[in-house]
Amino acid sequence: MGKSKHTKILLAHGGGGQLSDDLIRNIIQPLLQQKNKAELTDAAKLNLDSKLICFTTDSYVVKPLFFNGGDIGKLAVCGTINDLAVSGSIPLAISLSFIIEEGLDFEIFEKILSSISKQARLNNISIVTGDTKTVEAGSADKIFINTSGIGIRIPNVDLGFGKIAIGDKIILSGTIGDHGMTILSQREGMKFETPLKSDCAAISKLTQQLLQKTSGVKFMRDPTRGGLSATLNEISKETGLSIEINQADIPVNPTVQAAADMLGLDVLTVANEGKFIAVVSPQSVQKFLNICRQDPLGKNASIIGEVVKTTDIPIVEMNTQIGGKRIVQMPYGRELPRIC
Amino acid sequence: MCLAIPARIVELEGDSAVVDAMGNHFHARTTLLPNVKLGDLVLVHAGFAISKVDEEEAKKTWQLIAEIDEFRNTQNKVSG
Amino acid sequence: MLEQILKAQKQMDAACKAIGRQINIMEVCGTHTVAIFRNGIRPILPAKLKLLSGPGCPVCVTDQSYIDAVLEVAQRSDCIVATYGDMIRVPGKGGSLETRQFSGNVNVVLSSEDALRLAKENPDKQVVFVAVGFETTAPATAVVVKEAAEKSINNFSILSGHKLVIPAMKALLSDERNKIDAFLCPGHVSAITGYGVFTVIAEQYKRPCVVAGFEPMQIIEGLAEICSMLSRNQSAVKSVYSAVVTKEGNTTAQKMIAECFEPADGYWRGLGKIPASTLKLRPEYSKFDAFKKFGLSKEPVENKTGCRCGEVLCGLITPPECHLYGRICTTQTPVGPCMVSSEGTCAAYYKYQRPRRK
Repeated sequence: MGKSKHTKILLAHGGGGQLSDDLIRNIIQPLLQQKNKAELTDAAKLNLDSKLICFTTDSYVVKPLFFNGGDIGKLAVCGTINDLAVSGSIPLAISLSFIIEEGLDFEIFEKILSSISKQARLNNISIVTGDTKTVEAGSADKIFINTSGIGIRIPNVDLGFGKIAIGDKIILSGTIGDHGMTILSQREGMKFETPLKSDCAAISKLTQQLLQKTSGVKFMRDPTRGGLSATLNEISKETGLSIEINQADIPVNPTVQAAADMLGLDVLTVANEGKFIAVVSPQSVQKFLNICRQDPLGKNASIIGEVVKTTDIPIVEMNTQIGGKRIVQMPYGRELPRIC
Repeated sequence: MCLAIPARIVELEGDSAVVDAMGNHFHARTTLLPNVKLGDLVLVHAGFAISKVDEEEAKKTWQLIAEIDEFRNTQNKVSG
Repeated sequence: MLEQILKAQKQMDAACKAIGRQINIMEVCGTHTVAIFRNGIRPILPAKLKLLSGPGCPVCVTDQSYIDAVLEVAQRSDCIVATYGDMIRVPGKGGSLETRQFSGNVNVVLSSEDALRLAKENPDKQVVFVAVGFETTAPATAVVVKEAAEKSINNFSILSGHKLVIPAMKALLSDERNKIDAFLCPGHVSAITGYGVFTVIAEQYKRPCVVAGFEPMQIIEGLAEICSMLSRNQSAVKSVYSAVVTKEGNTTAQKMIAECFEPADGYWRGLGKIPASTLKLRPEYSKFDAFKKFGLSKEPVENKTGCRCGEVLCGLITPPECHLYGRICTTQTPVGPCMVSSEGTCAAYYKYQRPRRK
């Protein structure tokens, strides 16, 4: 456990000197509990069996830092793993970079590190290199985390927009809106008590199974910021094809729906952190769905629509529960609660 | 204008209430409905309860009310 | 539910056949506009039934001078602006609350109570509440103004942008160009005012009025009821939202409004000046009037952008008929409030209808 005599992070902890060294040796390393104590070098040496790798980077700035179902640390590890997973690879290693606001309680930092360590262990991923910087009070909001990750591509799997074809089915792995609504429920100015929990989770074990056992998977993505709307619109834009989905087939937890209704938000635009969309050929759909549903992270998996021909410009259209139709647009990027 | 959703009063002290909407608990003022009591279903808009909801009447055409009932009966089946 | 929809559809079809010509129903409620689009209701209505979106979006009908007043307050370092999320992206002269990036003194609130609490927690700042909305929202403002007076929370004030629905409906009907045959009336405004207030529209202006809720089934039922009345040449007020709306409405809320506010002439974007159509704080509460406190102007601003929001609001044109729509004016780059407000007709068309060919 941490042996620092300080209770709060000081600027000097990011200065590269005595305090930095103290922070790494006595706090960061022990909490991350890596099997082989990594050398304290700036870059990790990795031996990769394959030349086909996936490489990703992400930053995490979530507020509040701790929420029902997770925290910024868990989010950082799972988020990075998920990006690698939906690209068709087996996550192998990640880097961790912290930007910490001076004055952050050590206790908070240690809790985050423990969470990171736990997620890394659970998901068999190594933290191989890292960096810590500190900034003056007011220059960052407590702590920001940046990661990058490497994964080994699964043989014979090549996912991409170019593979998507008319007739392919769209599968959603589970309920939408859980993460975003949980976060909002704990934000200042919006606090409401809720049993909701973020769906933050690493989906790599499931995606690996799916990709190894089914052919016909064309593309995958995790609908994080911007929710389902953003992801489907991206697919439509990049492929030039249109998408048709059915409202009745989209799984939504009624508590999430009620919370979104109360704030006037469209649940299709709310972030998810433990779900994925897959575009799958019609022949492989049933097998894909069966494998999904056997896993706790995919138990509510559902075929929500399909890729269709574009008539004038590529759009995402939804058949509503009453038999009508409406467009699902790319969200603005900051959905605000409304009263009207 | 305007967004309002039905929610049940689960706590009430003076004109300050906690309302339940499918498990979410929001704070709401009942200043505009002086005769409400614990257990009543009300319509909440911008943090204020603006009208009581007649549940029997509502069940005829308001699907959400039927869902509220169903939710109450299956509360331990929150999926996700 | 699908059975009920089929039944309502048959009812509407029969009524429309009996009437013969196109019928125009105006929905006087932005929340109805969005609900109709989000649920994809238009495609299942008879071809001869046209839905017009009226000036029921309180953000859309807010004159630019009001938004400029809000921006002026937000610029002051001694002020905190408390606003509903709906107003954040509405453009005034030189930007909106969002683009102007005021350094941390703009707070999105979910309730007027939150705004009052900000005033209590920040005694060294002036907290100004952006009080917009129709009769549904005005009582919430009245409650906190009363409380501020009782507890002498003198650093609290409001910019009242509250508006009344009936004067606007009358103004629309007084315009010779209008083609309105009937009104789908706002369910939640009616929860406060009671559906009785629409009697004048039905009796004097001979337009049937039906009050409906916001679920798709409730809206469809409301429309079916209107069609029935039109086919029988009947002009009356009915409510299909009886779970929530009564003839008299919420008298406590009405008294609250009357205690703090009085009707005043006001400017509605696109409709111009409408007598006794806005709510102004009564003299005994004038120290909570931010227009007075900060010497802000209420004079309407002339619109030179070519924006036709006014005609859209009156139901005279549909958004695609405006030359700015979808080209210069989009949800990302809105020109007028009809595109900015999530309830605005243009925003709803843009988000939910098939886009025009690029």
